[in-house]
Amino acid sequence: MTALAALVRRDIGVALRAGGGAMIGVLFFVSVVVVMPFAIGPDLALLKRIGPAILWLGAMLASLLTLDRLFTADQEDGSLDLIVMSRTPLELSCAAKALAHWLAAGVPLIVATPLIGILLNLDATATFAVALTLLVGTPALTFTGMIGAALAVTLRRGGLLLAVVVLPLSIPVLIFGVAASNAAVEGTMPFGTPFSILCALSLVSLVVGPFAAAASLRHGLD
Amino acid sequence: MSLIDLANPTRFLALTARVLPWLAAVTTILLAIGLYQAAMAPDDYQQGATVKIMFIHVPNAWLSMFVWGVMSVAALGTLVWRHPLADVAAKAAAPLGAAFTFLALVTGSLWGRPMWGTYWEWDARLTSVLILFLMYLGIMALWRAVEDPSRAARAAAILTLVGAINIPIIKFSVDWWNTLHQGASVIRAGGPSMDRAFLIPLLIMAVAFSLLFLTLHLAAMRNEVLRRRVRTLQMMQASRQAA
Repeated sequence: MTALAALVRRDIGVALRAGGGAMIGVLFFVSVVVVMPFAIGPDLALLKRIGPAILWLGAMLASLLTLDRLFTADQEDGSLDLIVMSRTPLELSCAAKALAHWLAAGVPLIVATPLIGILLNLDATATFAVALTLLVGTPALTFTGMIGAALAVTLRRGGLLLAVVVLPLSIPVLIFGVAASNAAVEGTMPFGTPFSILCALSLVSLVVGPFAAAASLRHGLD
Repeated sequence: MSLIDLANPTRFLALTARVLPWLAAVTTILLAIGLYQAAMAPDDYQQGATVKIMFIHVPNAWLSMFVWGVMSVAALGTLVWRHPLADVAAKAAAPLGAAFTFLALVTGSLWGRPMWGTYWEWDARLTSVLILFLMYLGIMALWRAVEDPSRAARAAAILTLVGAINIPIIKFSVDWWNTLHQGASVIRAGGPSMDRAFLIPLLIMAVAFSLLFLTLHLAAMRNEVLRRRVRTLQMMQASRQAA
Protein backbone atom coordinates (compact mmCIF):
# COMPACT_ATOMS: atom_id res chain seq x y z
CA MET A 1 0.00 0.00 0.00
CA THR A 2 2.78 2.42 0.89
CA ALA A 3 4.50 1.63 -2.40
CA LEU A 4 1.33 2.55 -4.30
CA ALA A 5 0.84 5.71 -2.25
CA ALA A 6 4.44 6.67 -2.96
CA LEU A 7 3.87 6.02 -6.65
CA VAL A 8 0.78 8.23 -6.67
CA ARG A 9 2.58 11.01 -4.81
CA ARG A 10 5.61 10.81 -7.11
CA ASP A 11 3.50 10.82 -10.28
CA ILE A 12 1.47 13.82 -9.17
CA GLY A 13 4.69 15.64 -8.32
CA VAL A 14 6.25 14.85 -11.68
CA ALA A 15 3.10 15.79 -13.57
CA LEU A 16 2.73 19.18 -11.88
CA ARG A 17 6.35 20.25 -12.20
CA ALA A 18 8.11 21.58 -15.26
CA GLY A 19 7.80 19.32 -18.29
CA GLY A 20 5.10 17.20 -16.68
CA GLY A 21 2.44 18.51 -18.99
CA ALA A 22 -0.59 18.34 -16.67
CA MET A 23 -1.16 22.10 -16.66
CA ILE A 24 -0.64 22.28 -20.42
CA GLY A 25 -3.76 20.12 -20.65
CA VAL A 26 -5.81 22.78 -18.88
CA LEU A 27 -4.33 25.45 -21.12
CA PHE A 28 -5.28 23.34 -24.15
CA PHE A 29 -8.80 22.87 -22.76
CA VAL A 30 -9.24 26.62 -22.35
CA SER A 31 -7.84 27.25 -25.85
CA VAL A 32 -10.19 24.75 -27.50
CA VAL A 33 -13.22 26.24 -25.76
CA VAL A 34 -12.14 29.79 -26.53
CA VAL A 35 -11.69 29.21 -30.26
CA MET A 36 -15.15 27.60 -30.57
CA PRO A 37 -17.08 30.93 -30.51
CA PHE A 38 -14.78 32.22 -33.25
CA ALA A 39 -15.79 29.28 -35.42
CA ILE A 40 -19.47 29.19 -34.50
CA GLY A 41 -20.08 32.91 -34.10
CA PRO A 42 -20.69 34.92 -30.92
CA ASP A 43 -24.36 34.00 -30.67
CA LEU A 44 -24.86 33.71 -26.92
CA ALA A 45 -28.15 31.78 -27.14
CA LEU A 46 -26.56 29.18 -29.43
CA LEU A 47 -23.45 28.98 -27.25
CA LYS A 48 -25.61 28.41 -24.20
CA ARG A 49 -27.35 25.55 -25.94
CA ILE A 50 -24.24 23.77 -27.16
CA GLY A 51 -22.03 24.87 -24.27
CA PRO A 52 -22.04 21.50 -22.45
CA ALA A 53 -21.05 19.73 -25.66
CA ILE A 54 -18.18 22.17 -26.26
CA LEU A 55 -16.93 21.75 -22.70
CA TRP A 56 -17.05 17.96 -22.95
CA LEU A 57 -15.30 17.96 -26.32
CA GLY A 58 -12.58 20.22 -24.97
CA ALA A 59 -12.10 18.09 -21.87
CA MET A 60 -11.91 14.92 -23.95
CA LEU A 61 -9.34 16.33 -26.36
CA ALA A 62 -7.30 17.73 -23.48
CA SER A 63 -7.25 14.41 -21.63
CA LEU A 64 -6.30 12.66 -24.89
CA LEU A 65 -3.41 15.08 -25.30
CA THR A 66 -2.02 14.55 -21.80
CA LEU A 67 -2.43 10.73 -21.88
CA ASP A 68 0.74 10.51 -23.92
CA ARG A 69 2.68 11.43 -20.77
CA LEU A 70 1.20 8.63 -18.67
CA PHE A 71 3.93 6.10 -19.44
CA THR A 72 6.40 7.74 -21.85
CA ALA A 73 8.22 9.80 -19.21
CA ASP A 74 8.73 6.69 -17.09
CA GLN A 75 9.90 4.73 -20.08
CA GLU A 76 12.40 7.41 -21.07
CA ASP A 77 14.13 7.46 -17.69
CA GLY A 78 13.85 3.70 -17.17
CA SER A 79 11.58 3.74 -14.12
CA LEU A 80 8.85 1.93 -16.07
CA ASP A 81 11.06 -1.18 -16.14
CA LEU A 82 11.43 -0.95 -12.36
CA ILE A 83 7.67 -0.63 -11.93
CA VAL A 84 7.10 -3.68 -14.15
CA MET A 85 9.71 -5.70 -12.26
CA SER A 86 8.68 -4.67 -8.74
CA ARG A 87 6.78 -7.01 -6.43
CA THR A 88 3.65 -4.84 -6.46
CA PRO A 89 1.14 -6.28 -8.94
CA LEU A 90 1.45 -4.39 -12.20
CA GLU A 91 -2.33 -3.98 -12.42
CA LEU A 92 -2.35 -2.07 -9.12
CA SER A 93 0.62 0.04 -10.20
CA CYS A 94 -1.18 0.90 -13.44
CA ALA A 95 -4.32 1.83 -11.50
CA ALA A 96 -2.25 3.99 -9.15
CA LYS A 97 -0.56 5.72 -12.07
CA ALA A 98 -3.90 6.38 -13.74
CA LEU A 99 -5.32 7.72 -10.48
CA ALA A 100 -2.35 10.06 -10.12
CA HIS A 101 -2.73 11.14 -13.72
CA TRP A 102 -6.42 11.85 -13.21
CA LEU A 103 -5.71 13.85 -10.04
CA ALA A 104 -3.00 15.88 -11.75
CA ALA A 105 -4.51 16.32 -15.22
CA GLY A 106 -8.23 15.53 -14.92
CA VAL A 107 -9.23 17.40 -11.78
CA PRO A 108 -7.76 20.74 -12.98
CA LEU A 109 -10.05 20.46 -16.03
CA ILE A 110 -13.07 20.14 -13.74
CA VAL A 111 -11.89 23.05 -11.61
CA ALA A 112 -11.47 25.19 -14.72
CA THR A 113 -14.99 24.38 -15.97
CA PRO A 114 -16.96 27.00 -13.95
CA LEU A 115 -14.61 29.72 -15.15
CA ILE A 116 -14.99 28.80 -18.80
CA GLY A 117 -18.72 28.22 -18.41
CA ILE A 118 -19.13 31.98 -18.01
CA LEU A 119 -17.55 32.52 -21.43
CA LEU A 120 -20.15 30.19 -22.95
CA ASN A 121 -23.06 31.96 -21.23
CA LEU A 122 -23.88 28.94 -19.06
CA ASP A 123 -25.82 29.64 -15.87
CA ALA A 124 -24.83 28.28 -12.46
CA THR A 125 -26.91 25.08 -12.58
CA ALA A 126 -25.70 24.20 -16.06
CA THR A 127 -22.08 24.80 -15.11
CA PHE A 128 -22.50 22.73 -11.98
CA ALA A 129 -24.11 19.91 -13.97
CA VAL A 130 -21.31 19.86 -16.54
CA ALA A 131 -18.68 19.92 -13.79
CA LEU A 132 -20.45 17.05 -12.04
CA THR A 133 -20.64 14.93 -15.20
CA LEU A 134 -16.98 15.68 -15.91
CA LEU A 135 -16.09 14.64 -12.36
CA VAL A 136 -17.83 11.30 -12.90
CA GLY A 137 -16.88 10.82 -16.55
CA THR A 138 -13.23 11.86 -16.82
CA PRO A 139 -11.99 8.82 -14.83
CA ALA A 140 -13.47 6.67 -17.61
CA LEU A 141 -11.52 8.71 -20.17
CA THR A 142 -8.30 8.29 -18.19
CA PHE A 143 -8.69 4.59 -17.48
CA THR A 144 -9.69 3.58 -21.01
CA GLY A 145 -7.09 5.94 -22.41
CA MET A 146 -4.47 4.24 -20.27
CA ILE A 147 -4.89 1.12 -22.46
CA GLY A 148 -3.95 3.14 -25.51
CA ALA A 149 -1.09 4.82 -23.65
CA ALA A 150 0.28 1.42 -22.62
CA LEU A 151 0.04 0.15 -26.20
CA ALA A 152 1.65 3.28 -27.59
CA VAL A 153 4.56 3.38 -25.14
CA THR A 154 5.90 0.11 -26.52
CA LEU A 155 5.98 1.50 -30.05
CA ARG A 156 8.12 4.15 -31.57
CA ARG A 157 6.13 7.21 -32.67
CA GLY A 158 3.04 5.91 -30.89
CA GLY A 159 1.60 9.34 -30.09
CA LEU A 160 -0.73 9.68 -33.07
CA LEU A 161 -1.70 6.03 -32.91
CA LEU A 162 -2.85 6.63 -29.33
CA ALA A 163 -5.52 9.04 -30.52
CA VAL A 164 -6.70 6.67 -33.27
CA VAL A 165 -6.96 3.75 -30.87
CA VAL A 166 -8.47 5.56 -27.89
CA LEU A 167 -11.04 7.80 -29.57
CA PRO A 168 -13.53 5.05 -30.54
CA LEU A 169 -13.38 3.70 -27.00
CA SER A 170 -14.17 7.09 -25.46
CA ILE A 171 -17.17 7.88 -27.68
CA PRO A 172 -19.72 6.29 -25.27
CA VAL A 173 -18.37 8.42 -22.42
CA LEU A 174 -18.77 11.53 -24.55
CA ILE A 175 -22.33 10.56 -25.58
CA PHE A 176 -23.60 9.97 -22.06
CA GLY A 177 -21.64 12.86 -20.55
CA VAL A 178 -23.21 15.33 -22.96
CA ALA A 179 -26.63 13.66 -22.61
CA ALA A 180 -26.53 14.01 -18.82
CA SER A 181 -25.41 17.65 -18.98
CA ASN A 182 -28.09 18.50 -21.54
CA ALA A 183 -30.72 16.79 -19.43
CA ALA A 184 -29.71 18.95 -16.48
CA VAL A 185 -29.72 22.13 -18.58
CA GLU A 186 -32.99 21.64 -20.44
CA GLY A 187 -34.85 19.61 -17.85
CA THR A 188 -36.96 17.79 -20.42
CA MET A 189 -35.31 14.40 -19.89
CA PRO A 190 -34.46 12.64 -16.62
CA PHE A 191 -30.93 13.41 -15.47
CA GLY A 192 -30.45 10.19 -13.55
CA THR A 193 -30.48 7.72 -16.47
CA PRO A 194 -27.52 8.97 -18.52
CA PHE A 195 -25.74 9.98 -15.32
CA SER A 196 -25.87 6.47 -13.86
CA ILE A 197 -24.72 5.01 -17.19
CA LEU A 198 -21.80 7.44 -17.03
CA CYS A 199 -21.01 6.19 -13.52
CA ALA A 200 -21.22 2.60 -14.81
CA LEU A 201 -18.82 3.38 -17.68
CA SER A 202 -16.31 4.79 -15.20
CA LEU A 203 -16.60 1.75 -12.94
CA VAL A 204 -16.22 -0.69 -15.86
CA SER A 205 -13.17 1.15 -17.15
CA LEU A 206 -11.77 1.11 -13.62
CA VAL A 207 -11.80 -2.70 -13.81
CA VAL A 208 -10.89 -3.27 -17.46
CA GLY A 209 -8.32 -0.50 -17.90
CA PRO A 210 -5.61 -1.56 -15.43
CA PHE A 211 -5.73 -5.19 -16.54
CA ALA A 212 -5.51 -4.40 -20.25
CA ALA A 213 -2.80 -1.79 -19.67
CA ALA A 214 -0.76 -4.14 -17.48
CA ALA A 215 -1.10 -6.91 -20.06
CA SER A 216 0.07 -4.71 -22.90
CA LEU A 217 3.00 -3.40 -20.83
CA ARG A 218 4.07 -6.94 -19.95
CA HIS A 219 3.81 -8.16 -23.53
CA GLY A 220 5.15 -5.05 -25.15
CA LEU A 221 8.29 -4.36 -23.13
CA ASP A 222 9.76 -7.88 -23.29
CA MET B 1 -6.58 -33.58 -37.31
CA SER B 2 -6.90 -31.08 -34.49
CA LEU B 3 -6.05 -27.46 -33.83
CA ILE B 4 -2.67 -28.51 -32.48
CA ASP B 5 -1.76 -30.16 -35.79
CA LEU B 6 -2.69 -26.97 -37.56
CA ALA B 7 -0.14 -25.11 -35.44
CA ASN B 8 2.45 -26.29 -37.92
CA PRO B 9 2.31 -23.68 -40.71
CA THR B 10 3.57 -26.15 -43.32
CA ARG B 11 0.74 -28.52 -42.54
CA PHE B 12 -1.69 -25.60 -42.57
CA LEU B 13 -0.48 -24.57 -46.03
CA ALA B 14 -0.79 -28.11 -47.34
CA LEU B 15 -4.29 -28.56 -45.94
CA THR B 16 -5.63 -25.22 -47.13
CA ALA B 17 -4.14 -25.77 -50.58
CA ARG B 18 -6.37 -28.82 -50.87
CA VAL B 19 -9.46 -27.34 -49.21
CA LEU B 20 -9.52 -23.86 -50.75
CA PRO B 21 -10.58 -24.72 -54.34
CA TRP B 22 -13.54 -26.74 -53.05
CA LEU B 23 -14.46 -24.03 -50.60
CA ALA B 24 -14.32 -21.40 -53.31
CA ALA B 25 -16.49 -23.56 -55.59
CA VAL B 26 -19.13 -24.14 -52.90
CA THR B 27 -19.13 -20.44 -52.05
CA THR B 28 -19.65 -19.47 -55.69
CA ILE B 29 -22.51 -21.94 -56.14
CA LEU B 30 -24.21 -20.88 -52.94
CA LEU B 31 -23.79 -17.19 -53.76
CA ALA B 32 -25.33 -17.83 -57.18
CA ILE B 33 -28.29 -19.68 -55.64
CA GLY B 34 -28.73 -17.00 -52.98
CA LEU B 35 -28.57 -14.14 -55.46
CA TYR B 36 -31.06 -15.89 -57.76
CA GLN B 37 -33.44 -16.53 -54.87
CA ALA B 38 -33.03 -12.95 -53.71
CA ALA B 39 -33.82 -11.66 -57.19
CA MET B 40 -36.88 -13.93 -57.37
CA ALA B 41 -38.15 -12.94 -53.92
CA PRO B 42 -41.43 -11.00 -54.01
CA ASP B 43 -41.49 -7.24 -53.49
CA ASP B 44 -42.34 -6.07 -50.02
CA TYR B 45 -45.85 -4.63 -49.63
CA GLN B 46 -44.43 -1.46 -48.11
CA GLN B 47 -40.88 -1.15 -49.36
CA GLY B 48 -41.29 -2.47 -52.89
CA ALA B 49 -38.19 -3.68 -54.69
CA THR B 50 -35.79 -1.80 -52.39
CA VAL B 51 -36.19 -4.57 -49.84
CA LYS B 52 -33.75 -6.59 -51.95
CA ILE B 53 -30.83 -4.55 -50.61
CA MET B 54 -31.54 -6.44 -47.39
CA PHE B 55 -30.12 -9.66 -48.86
CA ILE B 56 -26.73 -7.95 -49.18
CA HIS B 57 -26.98 -5.58 -46.24
CA VAL B 58 -27.93 -7.98 -43.46
CA PRO B 59 -25.25 -10.66 -44.16
CA ASN B 60 -22.62 -7.92 -44.31
CA ALA B 61 -23.82 -6.49 -41.02
CA TRP B 62 -23.83 -9.92 -39.36
CA LEU B 63 -20.34 -10.66 -40.64
CA SER B 64 -19.00 -7.30 -39.49
CA MET B 65 -19.74 -8.47 -35.93
CA PHE B 66 -18.85 -12.12 -36.53
CA VAL B 67 -15.37 -11.24 -37.82
CA TRP B 68 -14.64 -9.30 -34.63
CA GLY B 69 -15.72 -12.42 -32.75
CA VAL B 70 -13.26 -14.49 -34.78
CA MET B 71 -10.56 -11.93 -34.03
CA SER B 72 -11.39 -12.08 -30.32
CA VAL B 73 -11.03 -15.87 -30.28
CA ALA B 74 -7.76 -15.50 -32.18
CA ALA B 75 -6.66 -12.88 -29.64
CA LEU B 76 -7.26 -15.38 -26.84
CA GLY B 77 -5.26 -17.88 -28.87
CA THR B 78 -2.41 -15.39 -29.11
CA LEU B 79 -2.39 -14.34 -25.46
CA VAL B 80 -3.30 -17.57 -23.68
CA TRP B 81 -2.07 -20.46 -25.81
CA ARG B 82 0.51 -18.64 -27.95
CA HIS B 83 -0.86 -20.49 -30.94
CA PRO B 84 1.42 -19.51 -33.85
CA LEU B 85 -1.43 -19.30 -36.35
CA ALA B 86 -3.71 -17.29 -34.08
CA ASP B 87 -2.02 -13.97 -34.78
CA VAL B 88 -1.93 -14.80 -38.49
CA ALA B 89 -5.68 -15.38 -38.31
CA ALA B 90 -6.26 -12.14 -36.42
CA LYS B 91 -4.15 -10.09 -38.82
CA ALA B 92 -5.80 -11.60 -41.91
CA ALA B 93 -9.30 -11.05 -40.50
CA ALA B 94 -9.03 -7.33 -39.74
CA PRO B 95 -9.14 -5.97 -43.33
CA LEU B 96 -11.94 -8.42 -44.21
CA GLY B 97 -13.95 -7.26 -41.22
CA ALA B 98 -13.35 -3.65 -42.15
CA ALA B 99 -14.57 -4.38 -45.68
CA PHE B 100 -17.75 -6.12 -44.47
CA THR B 101 -18.45 -3.28 -42.06
CA PHE B 102 -17.90 -0.71 -44.78
CA LEU B 103 -20.26 -2.57 -47.14
CA ALA B 104 -22.86 -2.84 -44.38
CA LEU B 105 -22.65 0.92 -43.83
CA VAL B 106 -22.81 1.72 -47.56
CA THR B 107 -25.68 -0.64 -48.41
CA GLY B 108 -27.50 0.51 -45.28
CA SER B 109 -27.25 4.14 -46.29
CA LEU B 110 -28.36 3.34 -49.85
CA TRP B 111 -31.35 1.54 -48.37
CA GLY B 112 -31.99 4.30 -45.88
CA ARG B 113 -32.29 7.01 -48.53
CA PRO B 114 -35.56 5.73 -50.09
CA MET B 115 -36.94 4.25 -46.84
CA TRP B 116 -36.06 6.81 -44.18
CA GLY B 117 -35.42 9.75 -46.48
CA THR B 118 -31.81 10.13 -45.32
CA TYR B 119 -28.45 8.55 -46.07
CA TRP B 120 -27.26 8.85 -42.52
CA GLU B 121 -28.90 9.20 -39.14
CA TRP B 122 -27.07 9.36 -35.84
CA ASP B 123 -29.01 6.55 -34.25
CA ALA B 124 -27.61 3.94 -31.90
CA ARG B 125 -27.20 1.07 -34.37
CA LEU B 126 -25.64 3.15 -37.13
CA THR B 127 -23.32 4.97 -34.75
CA SER B 128 -22.10 1.83 -32.99
CA VAL B 129 -21.36 0.15 -36.34
CA LEU B 130 -19.44 3.26 -37.43
CA ILE B 131 -17.41 2.98 -34.22
CA LEU B 132 -16.79 -0.68 -35.09
CA PHE B 133 -15.46 0.41 -38.49
CA LEU B 134 -13.13 2.93 -36.82
CA MET B 135 -11.89 0.22 -34.46
CA TYR B 136 -11.12 -2.09 -37.39
CA LEU B 137 -9.07 0.72 -38.93
CA GLY B 138 -7.36 1.33 -35.58
CA ILE B 139 -6.41 -2.35 -35.31
CA MET B 140 -5.04 -2.30 -38.85
CA ALA B 141 -3.04 0.83 -38.02
CA LEU B 142 -1.66 -0.88 -34.92
CA TRP B 143 -0.60 -3.91 -36.98
CA ARG B 144 1.26 -1.63 -39.35
CA ALA B 145 2.88 0.46 -36.61
CA VAL B 146 4.95 -2.38 -35.16
CA GLU B 147 7.71 -4.02 -37.17
CA ASP B 148 8.04 -7.27 -35.23
CA PRO B 149 4.94 -9.38 -36.04
CA SER B 150 4.74 -11.21 -32.71
CA ARG B 151 4.84 -7.95 -30.70
CA ALA B 152 2.25 -6.43 -32.99
CA ALA B 153 0.11 -9.52 -32.48
CA ARG B 154 0.06 -9.15 -28.69
CA ALA B 155 -0.69 -5.42 -28.81
CA ALA B 156 -3.49 -5.98 -31.33
CA ALA B 157 -4.85 -8.91 -29.32
CA ILE B 158 -5.30 -6.78 -26.20
CA LEU B 159 -7.01 -4.04 -28.17
CA THR B 160 -9.26 -6.61 -29.88
CA LEU B 161 -10.43 -8.01 -26.55
CA VAL B 162 -11.12 -4.53 -25.18
CA GLY B 163 -13.02 -3.65 -28.36
CA ALA B 164 -15.13 -6.80 -28.09
CA ILE B 165 -17.23 -4.87 -25.53
CA ASN B 166 -18.73 -3.03 -28.49
CA ILE B 167 -20.19 -6.16 -30.10
CA PRO B 168 -23.06 -6.80 -27.64
CA ILE B 169 -23.74 -3.06 -27.66
CA ILE B 170 -24.25 -3.21 -31.44
CA LYS B 171 -26.38 -6.36 -31.22
CA PHE B 172 -28.71 -4.99 -28.58
CA SER B 173 -28.61 -1.33 -29.59
CA VAL B 174 -31.95 -1.66 -31.39
CA ASP B 175 -33.55 -3.11 -28.26
CA TRP B 176 -32.03 -0.68 -25.76
CA TRP B 177 -32.57 2.51 -27.74
CA ASN B 178 -35.76 3.04 -29.62
CA THR B 179 -34.44 4.85 -32.68
CA LEU B 180 -34.77 4.84 -36.44
CA HIS B 181 -33.20 1.46 -37.18
CA GLN B 182 -35.71 -1.38 -37.07
CA GLY B 183 -35.61 -3.95 -34.30
CA ALA B 184 -34.28 -7.50 -34.48
CA SER B 185 -36.44 -9.62 -36.78
CA VAL B 186 -34.41 -12.80 -37.37
CA ILE B 187 -32.44 -13.71 -34.27
CA ARG B 188 -34.86 -12.93 -31.48
CA ALA B 189 -36.87 -14.61 -28.74
CA GLY B 190 -39.94 -16.24 -30.22
CA GLY B 191 -38.40 -17.00 -33.62
CA PRO B 192 -38.06 -14.89 -36.75
CA SER B 193 -40.87 -12.45 -37.45
CA MET B 194 -40.03 -12.41 -41.16
CA ASP B 195 -42.00 -14.13 -43.92
CA ARG B 196 -40.48 -17.35 -45.28
CA ALA B 197 -40.29 -15.88 -48.77
CA PHE B 198 -37.71 -13.41 -47.44
CA LEU B 199 -36.20 -15.49 -44.68
CA ILE B 200 -34.97 -18.43 -46.79
CA PRO B 201 -33.03 -16.36 -49.37
CA LEU B 202 -31.65 -14.28 -46.52
CA LEU B 203 -30.38 -17.33 -44.67
CA ILE B 204 -28.84 -18.75 -47.87
CA MET B 205 -27.10 -15.43 -48.45
CA ALA B 206 -25.91 -15.40 -44.84
CA VAL B 207 -24.35 -18.85 -45.22
CA ALA B 208 -22.87 -17.89 -48.60
CA PHE B 209 -21.31 -14.74 -47.15
CA SER B 210 -19.93 -16.69 -44.18
CA LEU B 211 -18.33 -19.14 -46.59
CA LEU B 212 -17.01 -16.22 -48.61
CA PHE B 213 -15.39 -14.89 -45.46
CA LEU B 214 -13.95 -18.33 -44.67
CA THR B 215 -12.51 -18.64 -48.19
CA LEU B 216 -11.01 -15.16 -48.21
CA HIS B 217 -9.76 -15.57 -44.66
CA LEU B 218 -7.93 -18.83 -45.39
CA ALA B 219 -6.46 -17.35 -48.55
CA ALA B 220 -5.32 -14.24 -46.63
CA MET B 221 -3.84 -16.44 -43.91
CA ARG B 222 -1.88 -18.37 -46.53
CA ASN B 223 -0.57 -15.10 -47.92
CA GLU B 224 0.41 -13.94 -44.45
CA VAL B 225 2.26 -17.19 -43.66
CA LEU B 226 4.11 -16.99 -46.97
CA ARG B 227 4.86 -13.30 -46.41
CA ARG B 228 6.40 -14.12 -43.04
CA ARG B 229 8.50 -16.83 -44.63
CA VAL B 230 9.81 -14.35 -47.18
CA ARG B 231 10.57 -11.94 -44.35
CA THR B 232 12.45 -14.60 -42.40
CA LEU B 233 14.44 -15.61 -45.49
CA GLN B 234 15.31 -11.98 -46.17
CA MET B 235 16.46 -11.51 -42.56
CA MET B 236 18.56 -14.68 -42.73
CA GLN B 237 20.15 -13.53 -45.96
CA ALA B 238 20.83 -10.09 -44.54
CA SER B 239 22.50 -11.54 -41.45
CA ARG B 240 24.55 -13.90 -43.64
CA GLN B 241 25.74 -10.98 -45.73
CA ALA B 242 26.60 -9.01 -42.62
CA ALA B 243 28.60 -11.89 -41.19
